[in-house]
Amino acid sequence: MSRILSSALFIVIVAALACVPFVADSYGVTLGIGMLGYVTLATAWALFSGPTRYVSLATVAFFGIGAYTVAVFSETIPYPLLLVTAGAIGLAVALVVGLSTLRLAGVYFVIFTFGLAELVRQLVTWYEVNVTGTLGRYIFLPVTPEGIYWQLLGLAAITFLISWWIGRSRIGLALKVIGDDEIVAAHCGIDIARVKLALFAISSVIITLVGAIQAPRWTYVEPTIAFNPTISFLTLIMALLGGAHRLTGPLLGAVPLFLLFEWLSANFPNHYSIILGLIFIAIVFILPRGVLAFAEENWRRWRKTEIKNLPAVAE
Amino acid sequence: MLVAALLSGLVLGGTYALVAMGLTLQYGISRIMNLAYGEMIIAAAFLAYVMFSTLGLNPIAGLLIAVPAGFALGYIVYGVMMSPLVRRARDKASLEIDSILATFGLLFVIQGIMLVTFGANFTSYSYLNDPVTIFGTVLAANRVLALVLAVVFGGGLYLLLTRTLWGTALRAVAVNPAAAPLVGIDVDRAARLAFALGGGLAAAGGVVISMYQTVTATSGVVFTMKALIVVIMGGVGNLIGALSAGLILGLVETFVATYVDPGLTLAATYMIFLAVLLWRPAGLFGRVAR
Repeated sequence: MSRILSSALFIVIVAALACVPFVADSYGVTLGIGMLGYVTLATAWALFSGPTRYVSLATVAFFGIGAYTVAVFSETIPYPLLLVTAGAIGLAVALVVGLSTLRLAGVYFVIFTFGLAELVRQLVTWYEVNVTGTLGRYIFLPVTPEGIYWQLLGLAAITFLISWWIGRSRIGLALKVIGDDEIVAAHCGIDIARVKLALFAISSVIITLVGAIQAPRWTYVEPTIAFNPTISFLTLIMALLGGAHRLTGPLLGAVPLFLLFEWLSANFPNHYSIILGLIFIAIVFILPRGVLAFAEENWRRWRKTEIKNLPAVAE
Repeated sequence: MLVAALLSGLVLGGTYALVAMGLTLQYGISRIMNLAYGEMIIAAAFLAYVMFSTLGLNPIAGLLIAVPAGFALGYIVYGVMMSPLVRRARDKASLEIDSILATFGLLFVIQGIMLVTFGANFTSYSYLNDPVTIFGTVLAANRVLALVLAVVFGGGLYLLLTRTLWGTALRAVAVNPAAAPLVGIDVDRAARLAFALGGGLAAAGGVVISMYQTVTATSGVVFTMKALIVVIMGGVGNLIGALSAGLILGLVETFVATYVDPGLTLAATYMIFLAVLLWRPAGLFGRVAR
C-alpha cells in the first residue's frame, strides 16, 4: 500500500515539476536548472559514497568531462549522440580510476579523487594549448533553458529510481554489508571490488551527464570554468547535510543549501568560500550523519521519554 | 642541461621533502589526514611576502616568526577541531573520514580568507636573485638557499626524532598508538605535538617556497596533493621515506618539465602515484601493512 502511495506521490511530484517552466519566468527556470542539477549531483554522489563510505572528491572531474565533451563535439555530433558520447567518456574514466584505486584502502581513493579534477583540468589545458591551439570554446546548440530543465528533471527522476532500485536489490544488500564491515563482506562471498566499481561507474556517468546537459547554459567554456572545485565541495556538503545513507537525504540537503548559496553568492560574493567552509565544518561536527538521521534519533528519544513519563502520570 | 636539471630538481625535491615531512608527522602520528595542509603552506608564503615587502624583513628572519606561528596554528587547530573528532571516532577509518571532511572545510575557509586579503593574483618577491655558479651551471642564489634550508630543517627534525627520548616517544605512537600508553606515553599529547610540529614544517616550507616560486591564494591544493603523494610513496610516518620520495618527485618533475613538456608535470606526478599504489601500496620504504 505504502509502496503504491509513494510511487504515486513520486509521479505527481515529477509531473508537477515538469509543469514549472509553463508558469515560471526565466529566472525561475534558471533557478530550477541549478537546483535540479545539484539534487542530481548530490543523489548520484550518495549513490556510491553513502553505502561504501568512500568519500569521492572527484565530482567536478566528471561534471567537467561532461561539459567539455559537449563543448568539443557540439558542432560535429548531433545532440542526443553528444550526451551518449559524454556518458561513454565519463564511464571510461570512471573505470580507469576505479580499477586502479578501489581495491586499496579508502584513504587512497579519497586522495586520488582529490587531485583528479586538477589533473584532468591540466591535461585538457595542455591538450588545448599544444594540440588544438585554442583555450576556451563556444557552444552554440539549439537547446532552450526549458529543454535543459526537462532533461535534468528526467535525469533526476532516473537517478532516484536507480537509487531506489539499488536499495532493494542484491547489489544494495551487498553494499550495506561492505559499508558495515568489508572483511565480513569478503567472507560472505561478495566480490567487493566489482560491486564498488559498478556503483562508482553508475554514479560517475550520471554526474558526467549532469555536466553535459548543463553545458549549453554557459555558451563559453574553458577548463577553469568547467573544472571549478566548488562544485565538488557543494555536492559533498549537500549530500552530507541531508544524510548520504538515505534515498531522500541528498534531496533534503540540496534544496535548502542551493537556495542559501544562491543568496550568499549574490550578497557576499567575496566571503562566499569562507562561509561555505564554516557551514561545512559545522555540518561535520553537529550533524555527522545528516539531518534526517538526527531528526529521527531525537524524535525517537523524545517519544521514549514521553512513554517513560506516562506511567508516572497514571500513578 | 643535464646538470642544470639535476640541480633544480634537487632544489624542488628538497622543498617537497621538507613539506611532506610535516604531513607525514600529522598523518602518521596524529592520524589526521589534513587536506588543508597546502593552505597552511601558502599562508606562510604570503606571510613571508608581507614581511618582506612591507617590513623589509628577509625570509630567513621571517622563518623565526612563521615557524612558531605555524606551530601555534597547528596546536590550536588540533585542540579545537581535531581532538573532538578523535574522541568521537570509533576506529581509524572513521577518524580518517571525519578528519578529511573537517579539513576539507578548513581548506575553503583558509583559502577564502587569503582570497579576500590578497586577491587571486600571482604573488612573488625578489630576494637573493643573484646568479651562483655550481658545477658549471648557473643557479639563482635563493634556490641554493632553499635547498640548504630544506636540508637543515629536514636533518634537524630527523635527529630530533631519532636521537631524543621525546622523538622516540613520538615514533612509538606512530608505530602502535594502542600500545604506546602501556609504556607511559601520553598519546593525546604526542598527537597534538606532532600536529603542531607538522604545522611548523608547513610554515617553513611555505617561506622556503616563497623565496623562489610565485604563489596564488588557490595554489595550496597542488601542494597538498604533492605532499600526500610523497607521504604515500615514502610510507606513512616514515621520515627517510618522505625525504627520498620528495627528492625523486622533484627530480622527475624537473626532468619532465625540461625534456618533455612543462604542462605535463602534474600528469607525471600522478603516473608515479598510480604506479606506487598498484605496485607497493605500503610505500616504497614502508612496511607491509597488516
